[in-house]
This record gives sequence, C-alpha cells and structure tokens, in this order.
Amino acid sequence: MMTEAERFAKTDIGPPYFWDMLPQVIKDNYGKWLYHEKVKPGVLKHVGETGDELYTVRVGSPRLLSIETLRWFADLADKYCDGHLRFTSRHNVEFLLTDASKIDPLIEELEAEGWPVGGTGKSLKNLIHTQGWIHCHSAATDASGTVKAVMDDLYEYFKRDDLPAKLKISMACCLNMCGAVHCSDIAFVGVHRKVPRVDDAGVANACEIPNVVASCPTGAIRPNPKAKSVTINEEKCMYCGNCFSVCPSLPIADPEYDGVAIFVGGKVSNTRSGPAFSKLVIPYIPNEPPRWPTLVKAIRNLVEIWVKDARKGERYGEWIERIGWERFFEMANLPFTDKHIDDFIFSVPTFRTTTQFKFTK
Amino acid sequence: MTEKRRPLVDELKKGKFPSFVKEIEKSAAKNEAADQLLDLLERSYEDKRVHWKHGGIVGVRGYGGGVIGRYSDLPEEFPALAEFHTMRVNQPSGWFYTSDSIRKLCDIWEKHGSGLTNMHGATGDAILLGTTTEHLQPCFNELSDAGFDLGGSGSNLRTPSACCGPARCEYACFDTLDLCHHITNYYQDELHRPMWPYKFKIKISGCPNDCTASIARADFSIIGTWRDAIRINQEAVKEYANNGMNIQAEVVDYCPTKCIAYDAEKKEITVDNDNCTRCMHCISAMPKALRIGKDRGATLLLGGKATIVQSAFLSWVIKPFIKLDKEDGYQELKDILESIWDWWDENAKVRERVGELVYRKGMGDFLRATGLEPVPQMVRHPRENPYFFWRPEELEAEKAAKEVAGTEVDE
Repeated sequence: MMTEAERFAKTDIGPPYFWDMLPQVIKDNYGKWLYHEKVKPGVLKHVGETGDELYTVRVGSPRLLSIETLRWFADLADKYCDGHLRFTSRHNVEFLLTDASKIDPLIEELEAEGWPVGGTGKSLKNLIHTQGWIHCHSAATDASGTVKAVMDDLYEYFKRDDLPAKLKISMACCLNMCGAVHCSDIAFVGVHRKVPRVDDAGVANACEIPNVVASCPTGAIRPNPKAKSVTINEEKCMYCGNCFSVCPSLPIADPEYDGVAIFVGGKVSNTRSGPAFSKLVIPYIPNEPPRWPTLVKAIRNLVEIWVKDARKGERYGEWIERIGWERFFEMANLPFTDKHIDDFIFSVPTFRTTTQFKFTK
Repeated sequence: MTEKRRPLVDELKKGKFPSFVKEIEKSAAKNEAADQLLDLLERSYEDKRVHWKHGGIVGVRGYGGGVIGRYSDLPEEFPALAEFHTMRVNQPSGWFYTSDSIRKLCDIWEKHGSGLTNMHGATGDAILLGTTTEHLQPCFNELSDAGFDLGGSGSNLRTPSACCGPARCEYACFDTLDLCHHITNYYQDELHRPMWPYKFKIKISGCPNDCTASIARADFSIIGTWRDAIRINQEAVKEYANNGMNIQAEVVDYCPTKCIAYDAEKKEITVDNDNCTRCMHCISAMPKALRIGKDRGATLLLGGKATIVQSAFLSWVIKPFIKLDKEDGYQELKDILESIWDWWDENAKVRERVGELVYRKGMGDFLRATGLEPVPQMVRHPRENPYFFWRPEELEAEKAAKEVAGTEVDE
C-alpha cells in the first residue's frame, strides 16, 4: 500500500473559498456597507444599508502564535461570534460580533489572558515584523524580541486612540525588508557594518559567480578566477548582504558590529500627501538582547516628540515636512552625520537646492 | 515537567504585550523542536547572532515552491532543529476564517510540525513554522484533503493578498476578495512552479487607503478608485458639526487639491469633483457624511519593492482606471498582467524585479511591449532633460506623412 510519503496530494486546488468563511451578517451586507464609527479604542462599528450592525474587536498579536492559542481564539469565536474571526494585514486578530452586549465580556476574557484590545483609529497599530533569529538565516538582529520590548514600552499607545494620527511602526531584521518597513511612520531595520567574509572554497563549490557579481548594488564584487571565487572591494561595500542571499559562502553576520538603524516619516496610504519612504534618523544602535534598552528608549523619544508637537491629523512624515528636517533633528536631539546624506544612485534630488531652510541651535 | 532556565529569553515573558516566548512555551510542552527553539534563541541572545543556515531545496511533489528549507547551524546540540522547515499555506481572501477551519489547520500542524505558526506572514500566507523533510509530503496531503493549498515562494507568483473590501468596508471600490480568489486560482501554475526571473507580488486594496500596502511592496498594485462625484449627505455633515467637529480645520484645510469647501453658516460641504484626486482624507474623516462615488474601478500601478538591489520603489501608475467586473472574469486585467509577464520574462536578468527592469529599459519600451498608452497620469511631471529617443520608424512615418501631404497639395 502507498504510504503518506509516497502519496500524491491533489494539487492546484487554491485557497479555501472566502465566501464560506464569512458570517451571515457580512453575506447579507456584502458591498452594501454604509458607514463605520469608532466605538472605543479597539472596537469598530460598521452599519449596512439594511441597518444591520457589525462590531469588530481588534486584538494585538505577536504574530507568532501557537496552535493552543489559535484553538482558544476559535473557541472565543464560537462563544461570541457564531464561529467567525479574521486576521489583518498587520497581524491583528479580529472578532466579528453582531450582538453589542457581547463586546465587553469578550474584551474582558481576552484581556484577562493578556491579549490587548486596541490599535484602531488614531492609535499605535500592531507592529509588523519579520522572522529574526527565530527562523531566518540572514537576520542582523532579532525580530520578535525587539518588537516585544518596543511594544511593552509603547503599550499605552496601542490602547488609546487620541494620538495626532495613526502611528505605524514596523521592523525588518535585515535589508531584505520583508514587509513594508520602508514606508512606515517609524521603522527599525537590522543592519550589518562589516564586509562579508569570503570562503573561497565554498564560493567555488556552491555559488554561481556571475549571479554573485550581479547581486552587488555598488559593483564591489569582482570575480577571482584563480580561486574560482570572488573578491570584495571594502571601500565600495555597504554591507547590504544581498551577495549572501545568493551565496551562503559569503557570511556577513557579525556579533560585535551588527545592530539596528531607525528610519521615520514614511507612509503607504494615498491620503493627503500620498505614499512616502521612511528616512534615516539613527544609523546604528547596538544589539542588546534580550530587551534592547537603547532601541526602546530611542523609539519612545521619537514617538513622544511627535505626540507632543504634531497637529491633529498629521502623520509622522507630514509633521516633519511642516517643521523641517533640520528642526526635527534638533527637537529629537539626534546628531546629524554624513551617514544621513544619501550617496547612492538617486542621491542628488535629495540635496537642498534652495536657500530656504531654518537655522538651528 | 521542570521548567528550563533560559535567563535571557525568559526576560521576554515579562511586560504587558503578548509574549512570543510564552507562545513557544505552549508548543514546547508537547513538541521537542519548539522546546529546542527556545534554547537556540537563548544561544542567539548570548552570541548576538543568527543560528540558522541558508535554506536548502526541499518541497512537496508537484510544486517548486511553498516550502522554505531551514536548518540550524548547531544540529548536534539542537538535533530537533536540524531540519525546521516552513510551509506557506495560502490564506482565504481577506484572512477570514471559521473557527472550524482554524481548528483543522491546528490539528494537521500538531500532527506534522512544531505547533508554531505566523498568522500571517508578510506576503499573506498562514505560515506553519518548523517541520522536518519527512513530514512535508504527509502534511501537504492532509492540508490538501482539508481544502488548503500551499502559497508561493521563490521566483514565482507570490500568494496574492487583498484587504477585507466589500466584506466589511464601505470604501471598497470593487470586490477585492473575489478578484484575489479568482487571480490566485487562475494562476495556480505561475504560483506553484517557479519559472520567472524573480518573485512577482500582487496586492489588492479596495480604496486609496491601501490597507495591503500594495504601493510599497507589490510589483503589481491594484488600488480601488472612482471617476464620478463624492456622495454627500448634508444632514450627516450637520451632525458632525453639531457634535463639535471643526470641519474647516480637520477636513477642508487638509485637502491636497483645495477642492472641498465648507459653508459654516449652512453647515454644508461642496466638492469640486473635477479637481479631486480621491485621496480619501475627507471621506475617512467623515465616513457618515461623505461616500465614494458610484462609477468605480481601480488604478493599476507597477514596480513597488523594498530596497534590494537598486533602491526601494513605490509602484507607479500604468493605467489610471480599469473596470473590474467579475462577469467577464477580469479579462482586461489578466491581459495586461500577462503582457507584463511576457515582457519581463523575456528581458529581465536573474533576480531583476519588474520595476528594476522598467528602470533599466525605460517606460517607452515597457509601454510599447504591453500596448499601454502613455498618459500624464503616469508621471509627477514630464521629463526635465532633452535625452529622448526617436525610433527610425517614427521618423520614416513622419516623412511618409509629409510626402502624402505634399502630393495632396500638388494636386
């Protein structure tokens, strides 16, 4: 008899059909929602043209969930939501209710087990992040650990929705930037600061030299025909790690020098000023497991100055555009260095080509 | 069971936000790999470095993707992590689940893996985190029996994802969930069998708020929009005003095109719709009073990606408006998508995203290859340099036209 390992599964069946996953109130009001309002932090109310009401309870999540917790969520969905729940693009869990009287008991049950309800409207959203040292080979820092430390510290901002605007903080553990960290209000990214080590025998054995050469954004990698390997020009390498992505024999992780950089002022939505990239404000913070105190403090400072100074409705980058980057660096009490001035291929349009600027102290 | 001491990792059980360490511990009570994962993380915290090796090629029969090979670099010390592969399970559109479907996933993963998941990965798949090579095929068999399929990985179509759209949002300009489901099923071969220069991501957002961040991270961004007037409910405007909203300061003054006006005496809003760029600020600020228009569809944008290699790109407009009707199976959209894939597949170098190819070859090449028309909506402003090309056939056509005109005059 054929074993499970020998069996051919039915392929190309595609994902489960979403319609089968929807609660009746959504099927009844599909495409016919009229408006929504915020009930309180973490709770949304959607009203359909039929007059039907749908309540959403949004729960913060570390994204890494055990099946024990997922089963518990499923039980809660049975108890409060006729067996329906969803997840968001920022890894929240959302419970979908039609009975308003069940909202508070659900929240009580969630929070008693340490699952916070919040992250709607003008609040700190759930952090999005990557795998880090839990499960990735190219991580320059840990993801779950740094995110836990930052979210513990900023917990209050997840629970309230009276910030100047929404605040999206994102994390990526290397420059591959899985997830949209490059367009976040505040982004922290794992960085290397040392040139990859070339294991000639390994490169000769396992790597395609033309691909390795082509992987380098700055042309720092040359073939080394004698060793059937490559050489790396230390003056041109800026430690992106892309060569390591295509060739395992160019390891770049370095316990002493790896760490985190912080970028701010990006956004994704087309609202008002349109989408924007985040910009570098802190080039390096060392890796300090398990709780990364320098990183946590730096991010708190960045959040607090915005909460204090921004006008109602201003996202992080919109606030900085109004006050000016020179004033931002002064207000954040951050040193401005040569690292902050772009020297990659699209650098010149970022230079200030006007005499309009503010003097700082 | 005596609790193991992991002094560094244990620090992350403290604090108010849900702890991933506690999550791993829940699985560790039943699963040795999950237990050793905490030990390995403790080691990473001691060493300040990663302890995973580059992925190897593992998979299930019939597919070239969907599984990410993962191996610890300390297999003697952590034998349960010698193989710790990831399986990507294609999520239902909009990440809606029934409790039973969640339980089904959990039961399969309890039998075949560590019991750890990511709900969800950045691309959108439900991530099953950590199993051995031996379990991959049996796990996939059971997933398939239960109605689940694997998502994309490697140089293929990555699992498309969509916002909740018409299921729970009054801003949805088209049926994001149906489009996502349709495209994912229609392109199963492209999704499961890597055949391209590099990855290709499609993300679908129902309105310009772009909740899937498609403009930042999708090669092909589909973002809902409309062409007619914002619908105004003046009674609701009055209600916002009477409830203390400063409509001038919070709504009107933020309008990027100054196309909205508020009459404080009448408590009424007017919109100059021809000058509206549909940024969503006013609608998001007053969802009861202002609604998206009725002539709805989507804007198509191309090229979004993170930094590696040539810099991060935001997607740019390649088609200002397209109707997305399910009746014809989204044929126009699929034709555009396939013409882009043909050109990219033909011209790209290894690991060159489509946005980088357009940067290298120019929009002119791209537009001629795909048949899309150049329109001012594609650019922030026209070219500022005089370095543009004339193709010989353009000059010849001009000459021929002149000769025809000349002949006509002579006659």
